[in-house]
Amino acid sequence: MGLYIAKRLLAAIPVLFGLTIIVFVIMSMIPGDPATAILGSYATPENVEKLNRDLGLDKSMVQQYFIWIGNLFQGDLGRSYSLNKPVLDEVLSRFNATLILAGTALVICSVLGLIAGVVSAVRQFGLADKVITFIVLIGISAPSFWLGLILILLFAVKIKLFPVSGMYAIYGGGGSLDLLHHLFLPAMTLAVVATGVIARLTRTAMLEVLRQDYIRTARAKGLSESKVIYKHAFKAALVSVIPVIGIQAGFVLGGAVYIETVFQWPGIGSMLVTAISTRDLLLVQGGVLVVAAAYVLFNLAADVVQTIIDPRLR
Amino acid sequence: MRKLLAAAFGALSLLMASPTLAQTPPNVAIVGQIAEPKSLDPAAVTAVNDFRILVNVYDGLTRYRDGTLEVEPALAESWEISDDGKTYTFKLRDGVTFHDGSDFNAEAVKFNFDRMLKEDHPFHDTGPFPLAFFFSAVEEVNVIDDMTVEFKLNAPYAPFLSNLAYPTGLIVSPAAVEEYGKDFGRHPSGTGAFKFEEWEANAKVVVSRNEDYWDGAAPLEAIVYRPITDANTRIAEMLAGGLDIMVEVPPDSLQQFRDNADYKVLEQAGPHVWFLILNLKEGPFSDKLVRQAANYAIDKKALTENVLQGTADIAAGPTPPAFAWAYDESLDPYPYDPEKAKELLEEAGYDGEELTFYVTEGGSGMLDPIAMGTAIQADLQKVGMSVKIETYEWNTFLDKVNPGLEGKADMAEMAWMTNDPDTLPYLALRSEAFPDKGGFNSGYYSNPKVDELLNAAREATDQDERAKLYKEMQQIVHDDAPWVFVANWKQNAVTKASVENFKLQPSFFLMLQKVAKPQ
Repeated sequence: MGLYIAKRLLAAIPVLFGLTIIVFVIMSMIPGDPATAILGSYATPENVEKLNRDLGLDKSMVQQYFIWIGNLFQGDLGRSYSLNKPVLDEVLSRFNATLILAGTALVICSVLGLIAGVVSAVRQFGLADKVITFIVLIGISAPSFWLGLILILLFAVKIKLFPVSGMYAIYGGGGSLDLLHHLFLPAMTLAVVATGVIARLTRTAMLEVLRQDYIRTARAKGLSESKVIYKHAFKAALVSVIPVIGIQAGFVLGGAVYIETVFQWPGIGSMLVTAISTRDLLLVQGGVLVVAAAYVLFNLAADVVQTIIDPRLR
Repeated sequence: MRKLLAAAFGALSLLMASPTLAQTPPNVAIVGQIAEPKSLDPAAVTAVNDFRILVNVYDGLTRYRDGTLEVEPALAESWEISDDGKTYTFKLRDGVTFHDGSDFNAEAVKFNFDRMLKEDHPFHDTGPFPLAFFFSAVEEVNVIDDMTVEFKLNAPYAPFLSNLAYPTGLIVSPAAVEEYGKDFGRHPSGTGAFKFEEWEANAKVVVSRNEDYWDGAAPLEAIVYRPITDANTRIAEMLAGGLDIMVEVPPDSLQQFRDNADYKVLEQAGPHVWFLILNLKEGPFSDKLVRQAANYAIDKKALTENVLQGTADIAAGPTPPAFAWAYDESLDPYPYDPEKAKELLEEAGYDGEELTFYVTEGGSGMLDPIAMGTAIQADLQKVGMSVKIETYEWNTFLDKVNPGLEGKADMAEMAWMTNDPDTLPYLALRSEAFPDKGGFNSGYYSNPKVDELLNAAREATDQDERAKLYKEMQQIVHDDAPWVFVANWKQNAVTKASVENFKLQPSFFLMLQKVAKPQ
């Protein structure tokens, strides 16, 4: 198992490197540069050239890339010109916020999705199944940024149950209770689509398993229905659902970009949006690298869990 | 199971009853900003969003008199200008200290401008200083005595006093720059009415009252600036009670605040002009009649009232009325007159040649550029001009427009916000300001009389004399019509009804020195 994990991690390194090159190439291909973004209407060729020189951006893209890689090996991701601080500091604090948000959303969607899926499979074509399928369909179809705004208007403006935005209260904030309070709406919004996907897949997987001979055998042996469902069927269905949860982790990280902007959550998604619009290459590079690494780790974790649950894969 | 549910319910209701919600404390103003500040070093930033904090933390040698764009003394008590207009001597205000306790004096002023302008200054590396060219006329700064400082300019430059009132000219504490170096922008220290307390990244910047402020301590104990990038979220936060003041409210939402007695809506026209650059070098717009026809053909009333929902006034010429002292009151906007436009086009022999029109997706001061571009296209088509729109993202757009329209387009949207009536025409309407000479005259307008007037206005140091020259320039440019003059943007803000003495300034700076919020 240890060897397997090590192999997978090593295989991820070229992927991440390739990604940094792609980001560099794309950022150099999109028009506009930091100096133009800073100077706006004052961007004369003369002013742009001087500012680019002051910012150290007058070198070629290739030179800049190798300088960046060289610094990377020393654990230095460079300095963000638009925030005037080290990229690493910003990326780590932002990523921490995203992990809290995406992690919570992932827990919510896994738990709700699995429960909903199992219930609707067991009660196939029953009332519960119909209600759940209906809600799931709405959840999958609703654009999350729209849903986020609707939830804000409903639960923060009309009924003042939750705060509109931010991660902690501006006054007297801090502490885990305050965090949970701010986390509720964005995490729910972020979890909705993934919950729907997981619920549908769990339902299908459960239905498949419930039709198997060994389930009939278990029932014939006189096992209680709950034992049949949870001990025998659910565990088998889980094997095919786990990798989907791994993939959903990626979608949740991606979805965080919208949700963080809507809820002003100080995460890495909203950071990337700003960094791209100000052409802050190093900040984009650092952010993408961290998100990609996290994605690779999530998938690896899903595979490992799957191997543990399913003895056939060992 | 039931116990678990009960526990979960209890925890949830505890969360919901959390006391930290909504209401903001008395004597503290919470301001909704559109983005996280880049830096709190006034010499290093360019964004209005950052200026909103800086003008409350720092002072300049001069400042704009309340409600105007005319300069008055601030950290300088008085000044004298030499007859040749090249030497400015400032008498500084005595007994002023920076928030870090160090003294404000002539040495401090010299330090500020040398840091920005001299590449060999030991703290020049705390930049870059993108707007340092506002002071490119400054040749040297000399300390005459402790409280007297002299600026030598390389040429007469009338906007100098006004530029000193601009945020780029705000005075920072040399001691703090020496202590923090490159990180000064995160540990700012000035002489202003509010002193810096904390900056929690992506959450808030807090400043507190400077009890020893030379112009009288402010009524507010503190101001909290919160970055909320999404406009809808900012509105929701205002409606939920989490903000006291918000700026740049989308026009769609202003009405709901107007209808609600808990809020006040403020509007103020600023030194902004939205116009179309016309390409005079080639194509139909090289003919003055066609340019005038375009000015007649576009329904500016419909643009400002319908597309912009009353958030802008109709522009009459190149100078916004906010520069009251330099604005020619007698100038009337081109009226909407499609028949007249058709006549002019016929007279000019316009043959229906297709025009390329550069439109941007957004950008500073551009208001609602796509909707405006489409409406303009429709108006021009009504008088028989066929217009093809090309839309670009802001940075790309600037890359296309700033080097000049020749060979690419016949017209382009543009907007400028400036602090002196000199800036825009000097940079964008002179023959010497063609793009290949480093200016912004992307449509290649050239009129020797206008060149002469603008140069003379820059050299005159008497405000009345300057005003006369600018007014004459406006008449000529209005008639030559190198641009289609479209709109002057009104800045808006919404405050809670409990916020007192809040005013928007024509400079668009958010001055909070006199604002109170007792409850």
